[in-house]
Amino acid sequence: MTNDPMTTRQIEPVIPPRPPGLLRQALDSDMFYSWRNSPVTIVATFTAAALILVALLAPWIAPYNPFNPATLNLMDGFTPPMSEGAFSDNWFLMGADHQGRDVFSTIMYGSRVSLFVGAMATLFAMTLGVGLGLASGYNGGTIDAVIMRIADIQLSFPAILIALLIFGVARGLIPPSQQESMAIWVLIFAIGLSNWAQFARTVRGATMVERQKDYVAAARIMGVHPALILLRHILPNVLGPVLVIGTIGLALAIIEEATLSFLGVGVPPTQPSLGTLIRIGQQYLFSGEWWILFFPAVTLVLLALSVNLLGDWLRDALNPKLR
Amino acid sequence: MTEPLLSVRGLTVEFPTRRGVLTAVNNVSFDIMPGEVLGVVGESGAGKSMTGSAIIGLIERPGRIAAGEIRLQGERIDGISPSAMRTVRGRRIGMIFQDPLTSLNPLYRISDQIVETIRTHLPISLAEARRRAIGLLDDVGIPDAERRIDDYPHQFSGGMRQRVVIALALCAEPDLVIADEPTTALDVSVQAQIIDVMKRICADRGAAIMLITHDMGVIAETANRVAVLYAGRVVEIGPVRDVIKDARHPYSVGLMGAIPKLGGDAERLTQIPGSMPRLSAIPQGCAFNPRCERVFDRCRVERPEPIAVAPQREVACWLYDEPRSDGRAHA
Amino acid sequence: MLALIIRRLAQSVLVMLFVALIAFVMFRYVGDPIASMVGVETRIAEQEIMRDRLGLNDPVFMQFLRFIGNAVQGQFGISYRLQQPVSELIMSRLPATIELAFASATIALIGGVALGVFTALRQGSFATGAIMAASLVGVSLPTFLIGIALIYIFAVELGWLPSFGRGQVVELGWWRTGLLTESGLRSIILPAITLSLFQLTLIMRLVRAEMLEVMRTEYIRFARARGLSDKAINFGHALRNTLVPVITITGLQLGSVIAFAIVTETVFQWPGVGSLFITSVQVVDVPVMAAYLMFIAFVFVVINLIVDILYFAVDPRLRVDGGAAGK
Repeated sequence: MTNDPMTTRQIEPVIPPRPPGLLRQALDSDMFYSWRNSPVTIVATFTAAALILVALLAPWIAPYNPFNPATLNLMDGFTPPMSEGAFSDNWFLMGADHQGRDVFSTIMYGSRVSLFVGAMATLFAMTLGVGLGLASGYNGGTIDAVIMRIADIQLSFPAILIALLIFGVARGLIPPSQQESMAIWVLIFAIGLSNWAQFARTVRGATMVERQKDYVAAARIMGVHPALILLRHILPNVLGPVLVIGTIGLALAIIEEATLSFLGVGVPPTQPSLGTLIRIGQQYLFSGEWWILFFPAVTLVLLALSVNLLGDWLRDALNPKLR
Repeated sequence: MTEPLLSVRGLTVEFPTRRGVLTAVNNVSFDIMPGEVLGVVGESGAGKSMTGSAIIGLIERPGRIAAGEIRLQGERIDGISPSAMRTVRGRRIGMIFQDPLTSLNPLYRISDQIVETIRTHLPISLAEARRRAIGLLDDVGIPDAERRIDDYPHQFSGGMRQRVVIALALCAEPDLVIADEPTTALDVSVQAQIIDVMKRICADRGAAIMLITHDMGVIAETANRVAVLYAGRVVEIGPVRDVIKDARHPYSVGLMGAIPKLGGDAERLTQIPGSMPRLSAIPQGCAFNPRCERVFDRCRVERPEPIAVAPQREVACWLYDEPRSDGRAHA
Repeated sequence: MLALIIRRLAQSVLVMLFVALIAFVMFRYVGDPIASMVGVETRIAEQEIMRDRLGLNDPVFMQFLRFIGNAVQGQFGISYRLQQPVSELIMSRLPATIELAFASATIALIGGVALGVFTALRQGSFATGAIMAASLVGVSLPTFLIGIALIYIFAVELGWLPSFGRGQVVELGWWRTGLLTESGLRSIILPAITLSLFQLTLIMRLVRAEMLEVMRTEYIRFARARGLSDKAINFGHALRNTLVPVITITGLQLGSVIAFAIVTETVFQWPGVGSLFITSVQVVDVPVMAAYLMFIAFVFVVINLIVDILYFAVDPRLRVDGGAAGK
């Protein structure tokens, strides 16, 4: 609605020409305008930034290292939030879990794992999807038909099912001794592979449009290598939608990772992610130790929600034609 | 003089937007007499369609009628309750839209759409409504109406669909039909037929027509009177023949100059330099002043209101504000 | 129309073959079928004999054909973990999943369409804003958390509903239903709601977007201009046109309900195929995984076909051959 064809343009006073700085340009842009005018997006941005920052800095700012047995005291187990452990002078903001680990610290470390897996999986899906989408859209023909058919089939199955299958297969192929160390990479591979199709579809569509344009034809006639055309001319034009799918995909990947870990097929228990923490917490929920589940769950939801909101806003801001 | 069927006074339609209020229709006044055909002409964006939408109460949000009044047979129809407006729409004012391909619901048979409309307004039985519908389709020139009435819209060609649309607009016997660019989306070859059908069927029923178009040729052949709109205002209104022969407003002069004439000396068609301003950037004074050949100081400052220049003729131009030596203008 | 259905059928068969190929590759190459069937002490020579008898030494293509032949008859081998035929395992757990899926599909469909229409018609109202905000939060909430929250509130705190299992079941031939006993019905409420929420949100957003789109079309404007009542326009013209595209996506969504049930079944310890699958993944019980994949693919293909046929029933433009082009 703000994009009414009759939208007014303010008549700006003539200022002596001075090349605007980059920051200035960014602040003047429509993107920033729409960001500033959406309080929800602002809150989401800061929430996501804070969570990501805390996750990155966990080893330096977490009050305890929950994975260092030396600082753990099993007798501190089940300490409620905002109180001191029974057998140590450790103070627990969000309580302690069954092993006496500080929930606040485990969340910091857990978000680190969740974010790492989510980001890597999304990156993998993006690389694969964009690559296949470019190839598909640029070449057309059989390659296109095969890739898109596979994407179609895959898109009609829920990602979680595909990730589970891949995970199961990988488990069957990897010798048991390496399973623990490989688990996180298997997880990234499984989640990434279950999410590439969206990217491929979008990029393919955009590539086919771009390919028709004169400048691409011109480059082709001049004998520019197809790979270079794709990289230099077509890729920049499809980055917008890829960014949108990537952001929303990150939220999805984080949720997917949490779900897999919750189901017990995700990261190993020695490296708990938010999903693992929730899985552990669920066992104590019914006996009244709610904090072991509650805080990781809230963190997970905040993380997924804020990234999702950012993705939503990005989609609207980059493509004003959509509501 | 008889009472006008439709009387529009000072109609103003505004659209609030992010960066200010746009005035799509600005202080527009005109009458339509019973059985008369009024042509409304202007470039796209001049406010023609918006005026039509305002009359039938279908301005899309956030647009709104900001001022003025609309009377149908003396009775106000702007700002009345939605249920009261529904008894006006279709029953007293029919509307024909531009694109027959998108005006009909693709999932309903023609018969369903006509019968539903008839029965909404008239207390008659299903069988009778259907009989009427068939008669109407026959009237608008759909061959084998009895059989085709149960077809779906996609089974008709564009011209045939527009006939169906005309039948739909007229099925509850309205007194006024607003036809918004009824032929623009059609092939040139069927445009004349559609105009003929519309004119004939309205004449048969005594319905007046408000014919909105940017095609001066269509108006010349069809209308009794014409209103020329520019940037949301009526710049000239009068009997078609007079306006064509002797346009007064510099904009109308240019518009008439752009009608190709058969057998005319093969001179070039006149062109008006420049283009209509965006609604957001309407210049001060007369909206036409940057393009006007006869512009003078006053035009850049003061906005002219319609001035009566002859019986039944009004022009919104400062050239006609005072009696002039050539004696063409009345005070 | 018949030609189109035949073409769709052919496509479905292709999709099934593709999925079967993946299942076969899993079945054949992930883990050693023989090693999982026999003890470690079995001698190599004996293993070789078994290998031969099972046809594992035949050309791969022959093995694939045999795999398909068996699959068509519902034979998927023996579960490594439970030492029972996979088909039996799946059949015994199928009723639980199907009942859960149907219950939640019904909730999702009715709730989704109703809320979608409501929010489209009441654009800009407070209730619409609240529903839309809730739906955005809903998409970001993992299913398992919703399940845990519902259990905590309705089973633990309020004690109204059971927190796990199917309750009492009744045997109707081989079909064990939980829908005929009070405890069974009470047990299905929470898992069905949990499973439905995600789809409900999707359907609602879709219906809303589609409805808003339709409300802007010329034929709705024309219907208004003819003075039709709001009821006739909203629920006659607009809703019907909205539902055409909604059918496809909704149909596919209902298919994924069965697949999504994996998570819900785990949270609620619901004895369905989903929880069977998850335990199989944990212990790499390949025959069950392969069979489950085939089963889900089959469900999708069937639903796809039904959706295609429904499309014909709803949209006359597809039904009539010849005539002027649609758009």
